[in-house]
Amino acid sequence: MAKNDTPLLKIEDLVLHFKVGKTGVVRAVDGVNFNLGFKEAVVVLGESGCGKTSLAKAILRLLPKNIERYSGKVILNGVDTMALDDEAYRKEVRWVKMSMVPQAAMNSLNPVMKVGEQVAEPVMVHGGASKEDALKQARKMFAHVGVPDQFIDRYAFELSGGMRQRSAIAMALVTAPDLIILDEPTSALDVLTQANIFNVLKRIKNELETSFILITHDIATSSELADKVAVMYAGQIVEVSDADRFFHEPLHPYAKKLMASVPKLRATVEPDFIVGQPPSLLDPPKGCRFAERCSKCFDLCKDEPPVEDRDGRLVKCWLYV
Amino acid sequence: MKAIVRGFKELIKYPSAVAGLAMIALLIILSITAIVRYPYSDAIRLWRGTEQDWKDSPKFAQPAWTNFFRLNKLSETIQLDSSQHPDYKTVDVKSDGSSVIKIALPFTFNTDSYQKDLVVYFKSKFTEKHPFVAVSLRTPDGRNIRLKNLAIGLTETYRISQDKELIQKLGGEVPEVALFQDPESDPPQPLKGDYVLEIEGVTFEPGSDIDAEFIAFGDVSGIAGTDHLRRDLLIPLLWGAPVALLFGLMAAVGTTIISMSIAAVSTWFGGWLDNITQRIVEINMILPFLPILIMVGTFYSRSIGVILGTVIILGIFGSQIKTFRAMFLQTKESPYIEAAKAYGASDTRIIFQYMLPRVIPVLIPQFILLIPSYVFLEASLAILGLGDPVLPTWGKIINDSYANGALYNGWYYWVLEPSVLLMFTGLAFAMVGFALDRIFNPRLRGQ
Repeated sequence: MAKNDTPLLKIEDLVLHFKVGKTGVVRAVDGVNFNLGFKEAVVVLGESGCGKTSLAKAILRLLPKNIERYSGKVILNGVDTMALDDEAYRKEVRWVKMSMVPQAAMNSLNPVMKVGEQVAEPVMVHGGASKEDALKQARKMFAHVGVPDQFIDRYAFELSGGMRQRSAIAMALVTAPDLIILDEPTSALDVLTQANIFNVLKRIKNELETSFILITHDIATSSELADKVAVMYAGQIVEVSDADRFFHEPLHPYAKKLMASVPKLRATVEPDFIVGQPPSLLDPPKGCRFAERCSKCFDLCKDEPPVEDRDGRLVKCWLYV
Repeated sequence: MKAIVRGFKELIKYPSAVAGLAMIALLIILSITAIVRYPYSDAIRLWRGTEQDWKDSPKFAQPAWTNFFRLNKLSETIQLDSSQHPDYKTVDVKSDGSSVIKIALPFTFNTDSYQKDLVVYFKSKFTEKHPFVAVSLRTPDGRNIRLKNLAIGLTETYRISQDKELIQKLGGEVPEVALFQDPESDPPQPLKGDYVLEIEGVTFEPGSDIDAEFIAFGDVSGIAGTDHLRRDLLIPLLWGAPVALLFGLMAAVGTTIISMSIAAVSTWFGGWLDNITQRIVEINMILPFLPILIMVGTFYSRSIGVILGTVIILGIFGSQIKTFRAMFLQTKESPYIEAAKAYGASDTRIIFQYMLPRVIPVLIPQFILLIPSYVFLEASLAILGLGDPVLPTWGKIINDSYANGALYNGWYYWVLEPSVLLMFTGLAFAMVGFALDRIFNPRLRGQ
């Protein structure tokens, strides 16, 4: 594909605010911009509660009822999906252009359906394909993710966690979308299974020419898959960088701390931690949101930092202005 | 289909379920028997029949089989008709055109209780001159008791039991007792043996004829007994089965399926739809169910269809919708529903293919247990006088028996027969329902 100059996904100023109680507003996603090219994998890193899952849901428009504000642009393959109405969005975007492996994907399989049928379900919903064709497609996907054929006639509760996770990934792949969002695909799995799943993802990425948005806490394993890294903090993206340079030397102080918190095998350095907690998204601080936990904080930090481009790496910090 | 067979195999592991299924099968056989033996129009005609339809059957008669358990047997109905048996009749035609017709109706009286009522129906043929008859009874000990002389019309009914002159002649005793007593015994005992009712008739025209039918009503009749209108209770007992089963099944299916669908839709879309549904349910729950039905029955129609419709409408927004809602709320938040939403399943698909199948296991035992409760409701309404005016049902029998003081008069069979059938129905479904409950809610297993 020669469209590498125009990105597959372009997110501009995406905002998703939730209503809480009568007056409270949680700014879960607060002005996010980033681009994603074809066949590219971006890893979204960040602490718990900084809006990663909300970002995924905002991209795929899987919104709860208590929306305060949902705006911005999600341009997928040149189409502004925000302009589509719900019905058109359901028919044209979900699982056709992008799909998702939800958090706790192991539980996202219908307990009263055979896994094979469950995986074939999106094909039937969208393609209007016959059950046989859909099952054939599902069988192919099972082969891709490494689920043995005999599992296709079993129910979800008869499968191990790893197999269920693979099935969920197969379900995301079955309609051959351009983009797959994986929301913590390896949480609640043991280390061996995690490694297995990542190997599956790597293979899929090479074989199926799919782009990934991978949301994870697991910095170490995700580094194997990432082409690009986006660091999220308090509802905003504070750094977007290519993976090589990011893992070598992150720019944003938060990203630096995050990298320092990863324990290293046979190293004398103790894993570092970040003092305090991320700010409440109900009332985020003005200016730089990381300021109160940042060791390099100075006067300018009380104002909102601009996004600076440093050799193609975007960083939102006064240090780099 | 495979699932149904598997479920059935699982079900017959429980002895109570097998018994329950057998009982339900019996009820179905009963229903089929009813429909085959008394087709709908016949049943209705007989049930709503006039005196003429039931003139041959006694009032308030107990089932005949109860004699089997009695030491002192109750009398059975004796019925003799000269038009059916030509050998009861001898005709002596005179030269002047008149004739003397002798009818002798022989019968055996050998029970410990007296007959209930004695009636002679005459039929005659003549053009102008009424025939004349003399009725007498020959007892086993050779006495010949003259009962009455009377001129008869084309049809004539002579009620021996209500013949005031005869009563006077017998010393104030009712004829059905006095005539069958042994005059020697003290205290008076029934005199068992062969009696003959003799009718000597004279006709005055050539071609004239007389026929007589003698009925001595008994205390027992048929396998079900009779009611105050001499109707055989077998008809409503048989017909009560299909009516009750159909009413119970339709009410249960109607309320369960509709309220489940409403609960699923309103829970899924939530917001104002859910709000409105819940408010309707709450209002409906405080509305008095029975008085509304009584009002509908009194002011509009008591036809079973209207009552069924009202029951379903009031039942839809009943408390079960709240139970379903609680289950659906839980299901709605499950990750797999969100996943389904994510891969673009439509609302209808999610509701009917993902949400409903989750509650069906809970629903089936409830549904089976709901059937008898609606059967009882139908019976209760009939007892309250809101039964279908046309259909013979179990509740109607109880209503009639209640209105005629059955328990006060000791006619227990009248109340017990429909009650036993109602209990039988309830028990049958309850046994199947509880077994199903154990299958679908495995936590109850082995406890």
